Amino acid sequence: MVDRLLGRGHPADSQADDPKAVVWAHVQQARNLKRPHTLELVKGMSDEFIELHGDRLFGDDSAIVAGFARIGGRRIVVIGFQKGQDTEENIRRNFGLPHPEGYRKGMRIMELAERFGMPVLTFVDVQGAFPGAAAEERGIAEAIAKSVGMMTRLRTPIVVVITGEGGSGGALGLAVGDVVLALDNSIYSVISPEGCAAILWRSSEHSAQAAVAMKVTADEQRDLGIIDEVICEPGEGAHTDPAETARRIKDVVLECLDALDRLSLDELVEARFQRFRAYGPYTVADQPAAPPERTGITDRLRGLLSGVRRQVASGREEV
Amino acid sequence: MPVRLPFRPRRDAYPPDLWTKCPGCAEMLFNKQLDKTLRVCPNCSHHFRIPAKTRIVQLVDSGSFVERDADLAPVDSLGFVDIKTYPDRLVAAQLTTGLKDAAVWGLAAMGGKPVSLCVMDFGFIGGSMGSVVGEKVARAGEAALAERIPLIIVSSSGGARMQEGTYSLMQLVKTMSVVERVRAAGIPFISIMADPTTGGVFASFAVVGDVNIAEPNALIRFAGDRVSAGTIGEELPAGYQRAEFWFSHGFVDRIVARSKLRDEIIALLGFLIAPPEPGSEELSAAAGFSPRSILSALTGALSGDSNGDSHNGEAAGSRGEAPRG
Repeated sequence: MVDRLLGRGHPADSQADDPKAVVWAHVQQARNLKRPHTLELVKGMSDEFIELHGDRLFGDDSAIVAGFARIGGRRIVVIGFQKGQDTEENIRRNFGLPHPEGYRKGMRIMELAERFGMPVLTFVDVQGAFPGAAAEERGIAEAIAKSVGMMTRLRTPIVVVITGEGGSGGALGLAVGDVVLALDNSIYSVISPEGCAAILWRSSEHSAQAAVAMKVTADEQRDLGIIDEVICEPGEGAHTDPAETARRIKDVVLECLDALDRLSLDELVEARFQRFRAYGPYTVADQPAAPPERTGITDRLRGLLSGVRRQVASGREEV
Repeated sequence: MPVRLPFRPRRDAYPPDLWTKCPGCAEMLFNKQLDKTLRVCPNCSHHFRIPAKTRIVQLVDSGSFVERDADLAPVDSLGFVDIKTYPDRLVAAQLTTGLKDAAVWGLAAMGGKPVSLCVMDFGFIGGSMGSVVGEKVARAGEAALAERIPLIIVSSSGGARMQEGTYSLMQLVKTMSVVERVRAAGIPFISIMADPTTGGVFASFAVVGDVNIAEPNALIRFAGDRVSAGTIGEELPAGYQRAEFWFSHGFVDRIVARSKLRDEIIALLGFLIAPPEPGSEELSAAAGFSPRSILSALTGALSGDSNGDSHNGEAAGSRGEAPRG
């Protein structure tokens, strides 16, 4: 007991034995405040970035940032969540918890992307939408629903990168894409582990257990087919080398956009619709259902991306 | 045969299924009477939650409902275990509700007009939306698209089903993608929010109806109040996240008492479905119905009707729409 309090003993051994501890460490890593967020990543990836502000309805949400970026010679619309890296910035950015204005700004700028022929790249790292009265009464639910709906039909390629926490509907509001990528220390879940534990176990002490049960880690989500490809982070994690993290994301994103360019806009939107229409297994009349067939772009990209993954993995060894 | 003891207080001897205590006014209500008032307290008009099949009987033309996909059943895709296993929770819910999952959908008629109807059942794991519920909502929408008939969804749900993890989250996208297609095709969608409509159901199809209707005092919200009060430390206004709150903030068109709900929907359909053009039954039969759109109104204006009133605009719209049907 004293050993545990003083941090002695063999925590590494006990961690290796306990899947809860391993997953919980992963959750903490995904939430590490020093991880690069949208603006840091765009800075590392682009030659030029012009940020745009405001939803034209109520205000400008600093927890979601958006703008035009030139990445690898391409014009790209970038939209993403922005947490702060210290207390001061976090207060300014509302701890990265967006209000409806953030999603409405995102929709406004996605519409620009569609009209001016630019692909959309989103960075997802959010605990959830702001849960207070101000967000509710201005329609956070409506903003998220409309944003999700718009992304299912937007006539331009969309690449999503989950860079930290993919938290519930708040994350989903910017996470509908032709390709969904994730950094390997990120998580994606339908509700925060704490929220899940509070409801199902009636105690937040079981958060780690909830995280295990929901299979929140990026690798598990890839196995479920929610995430297409996992990008390895450099060193001890993305926060230890933001520049290298940005470079790796850039390589994969550009490769994806090249692949998506080969589809007509009709094919692209139809493939995106079919992808999300197929999610969620069920059975019919006690007969086991055939697993939903994954066809079209996702399969083609899967093949294409497996090459990328090897390349990224070998890049890690060089570091 | 039950033994009746003469000295036992009579109140205790009442079978529990004869009476219900109203949570609104604490009145003891006779269940048969409560059924006659559509399970609304005659004293304080508290709207009790009702099972999906009861709701359907209350809404549609008698005997017109034909259920589809009643045999769609959930699977435990994650091997989810909390205090109980997910399959145990499913079996328990299936036994108590007689449903395979928390939604029922099918085709029906309302006021003689065909509709595609999907109703959620709160009694099944809090009406939560997993893969089956999402699939049924999507299929109801696709049937509305294929038949060109209005889509009506009655929500009563705690939100996404945690036990199916991110697959549940993806149901928001699945349902919204179909609703977007329904919208683009000019097919009306009426969303009815009953108590409660929360979380991922409110933040997807329920909030984006062409007309949003809520039942009086229904709890409607995105974030739980424990989250709001606990994490943010805010004082919450009275009546926060009730139907009337959403009405005053502009997210609900109408708050409609259960006794008037069927008539209101039929009246709305009378506006959302364009009337068939007189003397062209063939055309209107082929098109099913012809929703009015800006485009068709324009066609009416451009076709040179000097009096160009809305009726002519609609009639021209019918012609304009017919080739699509």
